[in-house]
Order: sequence, then C-alpha cells, then structure tokens
Amino acid sequence: MNVMIFTLAAKELKALFAAPLAWVVLAIVQLVLAWIFLSRLDTYLLLQPQLVQLAQPPGATEVVAAPLFGSAAVLLLMAVPLLSMRLIAEERHNQTMPLLLSAPLSMTDIVVGKFIGLMLFLAALIGLSALMALSLYTGTAPDLGLLAGNLLGLLLISACYAALGLYVSCLTSHPALAAVGALGALLGLWVINLAAGSPESLLHWFSLLKHFESFNRGLIDTADIAFLVLFTVTFLALAIRRLDADRLRG
Amino acid sequence: MTQQISATTVFAQQISRWFGARGAVLEINLELKKGEVLGFLGPNGAGKTTTMRMLTGNLAPSAGSISICGIDLLDQPKAAKQLIGYLPENPPLYRELNVDEYLALAARLHRVAKSALKKAVEQAKQRCGLNEVGKQLIGSLSRGYQQRVGIAQAIIHNPEVVILDEPTVGLDPIQIRELRTLIRELGGAHSVILCTHILPEVESVCDRVVIMHHGKSVYSGSNEALREMREGHSLQLGLRNPPPPAQLQVAGVGAVEKVTDTLFNIQFTPGADPSEALVKAAAAQGWGLYQINRQRASLEDVFVQLTQHE
Repeated sequence: MNVMIFTLAAKELKALFAAPLAWVVLAIVQLVLAWIFLSRLDTYLLLQPQLVQLAQPPGATEVVAAPLFGSAAVLLLMAVPLLSMRLIAEERHNQTMPLLLSAPLSMTDIVVGKFIGLMLFLAALIGLSALMALSLYTGTAPDLGLLAGNLLGLLLISACYAALGLYVSCLTSHPALAAVGALGALLGLWVINLAAGSPESLLHWFSLLKHFESFNRGLIDTADIAFLVLFTVTFLALAIRRLDADRLRG
Repeated sequence: MTQQISATTVFAQQISRWFGARGAVLEINLELKKGEVLGFLGPNGAGKTTTMRMLTGNLAPSAGSISICGIDLLDQPKAAKQLIGYLPENPPLYRELNVDEYLALAARLHRVAKSALKKAVEQAKQRCGLNEVGKQLIGSLSRGYQQRVGIAQAIIHNPEVVILDEPTVGLDPIQIRELRTLIRELGGAHSVILCTHILPEVESVCDRVVIMHHGKSVYSGSNEALREMREGHSLQLGLRNPPPPAQLQVAGVGAVEKVTDTLFNIQFTPGADPSEALVKAAAAQGWGLYQINRQRASLEDVFVQLTQHE
C-alpha cells in the first residue's frame, strides 16, 4: 500500500540480521524446539504400540507437532521482547530518530514499517519450525490441517507479541528497559487467568496464550482470530499515538 | 507533485514553543529566499535547535505556522518534508551500515526514484568528499567523516531547503574550510539555514543573519549590517617607546586604556578613525610602533550590545 513502509521494513530486517542478537535468538529458539521435537518423537515411538490399540488413536502430528508449536508460542513470548526492544528505543538512544522524522513519512508509516520488518523475521523463524514438523513426512503423513492451524495461530500470536513489544519500545530510550517491560507485560498477560476462579471469568479473555489453545488443537475460531488481530492493531495504534505525542510534547 | 515552487522557500510566522512553563522559542519570524544562506546565531540554549526541529517537522510548534515553498508543514507534512534536508546536531547515522548503504537508505526514505538512486548517492558522495569511504562502515569512520556523511544525507534528495545544525562541530580547520565552500555552493541552488554559535562561520558564508537570545530573535538583517555593527570603536596600539598617555590624544581619540607597558586600548568617537594620525605621530616622534589594529566586537559583545538595546 505504501512503498515507504516496505523500505522501512527492509531496513529493519537488515538491521536485525546485521546484529548478532537476532542470530543468537534464532539459533537458541531452533535448538530448544529441536530438542522438544526429538523428545516428543521419542515418546511417540515408545507409546505407538499402545496407541494403536485405541479406537481413535492420535496421530503423529497431534502427539509430536502440536506440543512443539505450543512450546514455540511460549518461547516466542520470551524471544520477541529481545527482538522488539531496539525498534524505537535504539533509534532514540543513537539519536537516529530525526532521520525518520524529517523524511516524508507519517508516524503510521514508521510504526507499521518497523512492525512488518520484525514480522518478516518472525515469519522466517516460524517457517523454520514448520520445516521441523514437516520432517514427519519421512515416516508418516502429517495432518496438514492441524499444522496449518498451528502456524496461523503462531503467526497471529507473535504479531501480538511484536505489537506490544513495539509499543513498549516507544516508551523509553533504553532498549534493555524496553525488553524487560515487554517481557513483564507478556508474562503478565500469560498468567493473568491463573487467579480466575470460574471458567467463565473475563480474565481468560485477556490471556494471550489461551487464545492460542484452539489453534493448537487445530481449531480455527474466528473469535480468537478477532481477539489477536484486535490486540495487535490496538498496540500499533498506541505506538503511533505515543510517537505523535513525542512530536507534540517534545 | 505539481506544487508551485515559490521564491520564498521557508516562511515561519510567529512560531513559539513551550516546554511546560518554559518558553524555549518565542514568536520567531523567518523568511528565506531561494538561493540564500541564512545564518542562525545564538549562544547555547538560545532556542536554535528547537527552532530547527520545528522547521523540519521533528517537533510541533505550540503556536504559529510554517510553510516550505508555500506548502504548510503542519497540514501537508509529507509534501513539505520532501523539500527539506536536515542535519541535526548529532548526525543520525546507522553505525552498522556502510556509507553507500546508508546513503541509499536515506535517498529511498526521501522518495528518490529507484532509477535515480545510484546517481544521487554518487553525487552526494562526490560533493561531500566521501568517494574513498563508500564501502566503510559508518561506525569505523572518524568524527569528521561521519559529519560529512550526515551532510550527504541531508542533500541527497536535492532538497529546496537544507538545514544544518552546528555542522562544523568536530571538524578540523581544513574540513571546516571545505564545508564552508560546500555551503556556499549549496546556497546557489538551494536555500540553506546554518545554525551555529560561531560568529566568523556566519560572516564567511551567510547572506543574512538572525540572532537568537533567550528564545527571542534579537537581530535579523543582512550580514553587512552585522559586520558594521561589529566594527568597534577602539584600536589596539602597541608602542615600544610609549609617550605619556596624554600625547596619544590626537583628533578623535576618547579614552586611552593601558593594557601592558607597551600596549594601549584606544577608544575613539564613531566616524573619526584616528589610525592614520596615530601612525604619522608614531613615525614622527619615534614611539616604536609595532602593532595597530582595529578591534572587532566578538559575538558576546554583539549580544551584549543587542540585548542592551531592548
């Protein structure tokens, strides 16, 4: 829709890959996921003789891939703040913000461009974990519907993480503070429903990972999609407002 | 865009900026014509940088209006910003990029067409003397070169208005001279606003001068008028065999002040320069004249002079 957004997204993606941090995060997330994948695969092979005796035995995708993506959602919750922290805070810290602010860009261009840049990176990360799950093809026919549901859920929930991280990054000029702030907020949104007594409690609604559960089971629930998209858009809008306020208040 | 480019490139009317209760900039008026170099002078903290940030759309003014080539900066920020190149006090450089990559990014951010990109980068490098360092990481360049990259970034899209905030900070004397030549060159085709606290810098390159003090404009006029203002009414005279001070009272001389045994400060009435008479007297009476110079007011003196006028 706007060339400038993609110019900025490309710049952001390049900046991510130019620094070692993103590579390290990518490597560690892949390593942990691979470990989980292998251990689930082991369990599956161990239990397989008993599983076949069931009337409707769960498939390899359900036993191996679904928990893999469940763990990925939690891992991303911790990894995204490390990647999102520098988006605005570092520009402020290095005093490079004026380059963007004096260029013919709107605040929306800046925020959306940076968001898309980070999302491209996260999509690559999620793509790699999808390849891991697709390696099940070597032994069996995986349930592609379940895989697709999980991948969509993972993308949507990491968009939420990224949007929240981007907003927190707008609040400070210290990247480390932005990382801790975003991590704290995301962890808070993860455990927020622990205190909920009844299953009807509103607190369940605010738990981000709760909205991933249906995707994890292979269900695509429009209410969950709507929640995750709305969450993302809300925090992007807050980030835009925050940057505008900077210009107004100085 | 088929915006009409008028002869007035920057027009700021009554712009003010408040930070809480503190007024950083108060009712500044600015008008810049095409091809002009405007010097923006003032001591640190006078509100120069705040004004520059407002003119470039980095900061919204609390009151007043700004238009760039007839386009209102607040109503059509994108169109107006397209016409501005800005070098802030701290050059906004991405240290992890090399010079070519960075300039290409700056050009794309300023909507330079893809086909013209390479040429724009080459030209900016050429003008700022960056040809040899194109492949070097910005983080590894010296302060002077980083400053040049900052300037290249500001002119890469061939903007109508170039705004440079303290561009000579951290440069060595040779680089400063090169930069002044560059600013003069830019002044031909673009309008330039040069923001500094160094008076000679303004005198050597600017056509017009605005002096700010405590957020207000205390002087606005041509460079010549400022120069005249700086021509003080005192001489410094060095004599190896000085006569009694009373003998120095040739026509036009006012007060005589002894600095050292052989050095005198001589005030004279405006319009009656006694230099010639003093040189003649010194030669005739063997005072051993070894130095005579007209003392020029420093920036501080000009400030004192201007602020006292209020």
